[in-house]
Amino acid sequence: MKDKTIKISNLARIEGEGALFVKIKGDAVVDVRLEIFEPPRFFEALLRGRAFGEAPDITARICGICPVAYQMSAVHAMENAFGVEVDGPLRALRRLIYCGEWIESHTLHVYLLHAPDYLGYADALRMAKDHPGIVERGLQLKKAGNEIIRLMGGREVHPINVRVGGFYKVPTKSELAPVAERLRWAREAALETVRWTATLPVPEFDQDYEFVGLRHPFEYPFNEGRLISNRGLNISVREYEDSFVEEQIPHSHALHSRFKNRGAYLVGPIARYSLNFDRLSPIAQEAARAAGLSAVCRNPFRSIVVRSVEILQACDEAIRIIDGYERPTRPAVPIRPRAGTGYGCTEAPRGILYHRYRVDDAGVIQEAKIVPPTSQNQKMIEDDLRRFVQANINLPKEKLGLQCEQTIRNYDPCISCATHFLRLHYDRE
Amino acid sequence: MGQGRKPKMAVWKFASCDGCQLSLLDCEDELLKIADRVQIAHFLEASRAVVKGPYDLSLVEGSITTPSDAVRIQEVRRASKFLVTIGACATAGGIQALRNFQDVKEFISIVYARPEYIQTLNTSTPIADHVSVDFELQGCPIDKRQLVEVISAFLHGRKPNTLSHSVCVECKLRGNVCVMVAHGTPCLGPVTHAGCGAICPSYDRGCYGCFGPKETPNTSSLSRWWGRLGVGEQDLVRVFRGVNAFAEAFRKESEAHERQNDQDQ
Ligand code: SF4
Ligand code: SF4
Repeated sequence: MKDKTIKISNLARIEGEGALFVKIKGDAVVDVRLEIFEPPRFFEALLRGRAFGEAPDITARICGICPVAYQMSAVHAMENAFGVEVDGPLRALRRLIYCGEWIESHTLHVYLLHAPDYLGYADALRMAKDHPGIVERGLQLKKAGNEIIRLMGGREVHPINVRVGGFYKVPTKSELAPVAERLRWAREAALETVRWTATLPVPEFDQDYEFVGLRHPFEYPFNEGRLISNRGLNISVREYEDSFVEEQIPHSHALHSRFKNRGAYLVGPIARYSLNFDRLSPIAQEAARAAGLSAVCRNPFRSIVVRSVEILQACDEAIRIIDGYERPTRPAVPIRPRAGTGYGCTEAPRGILYHRYRVDDAGVIQEAKIVPPTSQNQKMIEDDLRRFVQANINLPKEKLGLQCEQTIRNYDPCISCATHFLRLHYDRE
Repeated sequence: MGQGRKPKMAVWKFASCDGCQLSLLDCEDELLKIADRVQIAHFLEASRAVVKGPYDLSLVEGSITTPSDAVRIQEVRRASKFLVTIGACATAGGIQALRNFQDVKEFISIVYARPEYIQTLNTSTPIADHVSVDFELQGCPIDKRQLVEVISAFLHGRKPNTLSHSVCVECKLRGNVCVMVAHGTPCLGPVTHAGCGAICPSYDRGCYGCFGPKETPNTSSLSRWWGRLGVGEQDLVRVFRGVNAFAEAFRKESEAHERQNDQDQ
């Protein structure tokens, strides 16, 4: 058989800039590289010398698609350093704004970025010509998520209302009422989304992943929990760096995260779902079952269904939070900085997002470390690609190329996030 | 614009967080209408279909931080009839321009174990430092209503109708109480470009200048006011050294406080 090279030099419908390179010799895959040529922005370096209170606003600028995740991991890490607990309605409001981001980010991916792959369109705008009702539903669902972020955060991208200790201002019950109204519609639309994505054609591609995610005693995880895996990992957030390292691989163009003693692992919707199915609300569990998912999902091409289940979960959770809301007497708990190190890890839409800060007694940042989900999944994306290409090696080059793109989009990779810590390489073939 | 031909619009990304181009996808109510009026010819975040240039309208997000991007922006300019920069990264170098105040080699070694592989310029610079720009839309992120206004102004061949006053004026128009006068909260509203609708003061927070300097801002007078509210020199350096750190007015002000701080020590 002929050798072939698949090269997609500008991957589309992902956040940020990347390229794919696959080399096939005879009937074997000899090289797979997901290349990152997004310029680095050096966030960990520029955080040094900044005040602790600036961390949520600065780190938000790492990613315009999941700024709330950065703000959440940052405030939790700082509160951890200062020995502060934020609970009650303030904690609930944090979950609420996070619900908004999950709805917004997942819906963007499901409808505008991922679904066109399954239905054979170059983009959702073209898909809208044939399926106007579906795309319109997606846009309105996305808007419902954005409305939570706008009310809770002031605006959709880089919200301004999140601070260490809580918020600058908290909403009244009556301000939240119209949002809840809209969310009741959104919950129905999310249910429709689960039903619809369950009908999309998926290849057989079950993989034996090690899933890593947060686990909370009784909630589906957003802000807190222990880090667990399906192969026995069970650690506190502060132990993250004892178990995971980032590795520089000579033939690769990126730093990859891996388990110190095991290798690649998977974070994000299907990991979270498979580790926490029993924590989903009854309506989400039922919808997942009806869509043909079992309690564990091992096929990354079905991540679109799992994301839809998580949209449903987030709508349901947001309604529950608003229905039980009592306005707190103060918008934030007081913060007194002290020297120390704080750790934070929350579930961003794309998976766990780890922050560590060392601050001095005035609260000035001495050192920062941030590990975003996409850099953790990078190794797994390449593993998936290698196995997928190997299993489909006889497909015509163009079709295989398209399916490789879809394989990457299964992860909803965010290269803007990953880049401040990915190695660059310019002499691409 | 020729009869019957939809104008071609392109969206380009340089060093950025994607937030400004996301604002276009966040126009949930307008997106399909925009797509009816213009041909989206190059917008990688949204479509794998790429139409060759030239383009009637190019929206450029991000700053120039690598040698290859310095070349690519020239190509984008050549292929574009009308070039609009969107967001603080593109108009002022963005938060990544903080490197401009420090030694970039040190920056690289903090983040990367093998610094020798990193190819980057010593600075993060705005697009207008490299090519001529037809219109700049400030903000980190830009305001999506303003973005829709810029696109429709372009479609009708008129000048975009965007405000040039300060956040402070927007606050008054909105009927907010002044956070600085009423609560003693330091606020950059008086020197910051309008466009956001005074979001922060509406949430009991002082403006941190994410829309960048307005025209001819009186930053030193505002700094004196902040000083009276108890804000020290080192904090004033940080305040002006945010997402618009390299915008000229803010840069000069932060450098002045840095000098002052050094003298005080
Ligand atoms: S200006 Fe701000 S929102 Fe826009 S791309 Fe740059 S960092 Fe993101
Ligand atoms: S920082 Fe200033 S310009 Fe930015 S949103 Fe807040 S008030 Fe508006």
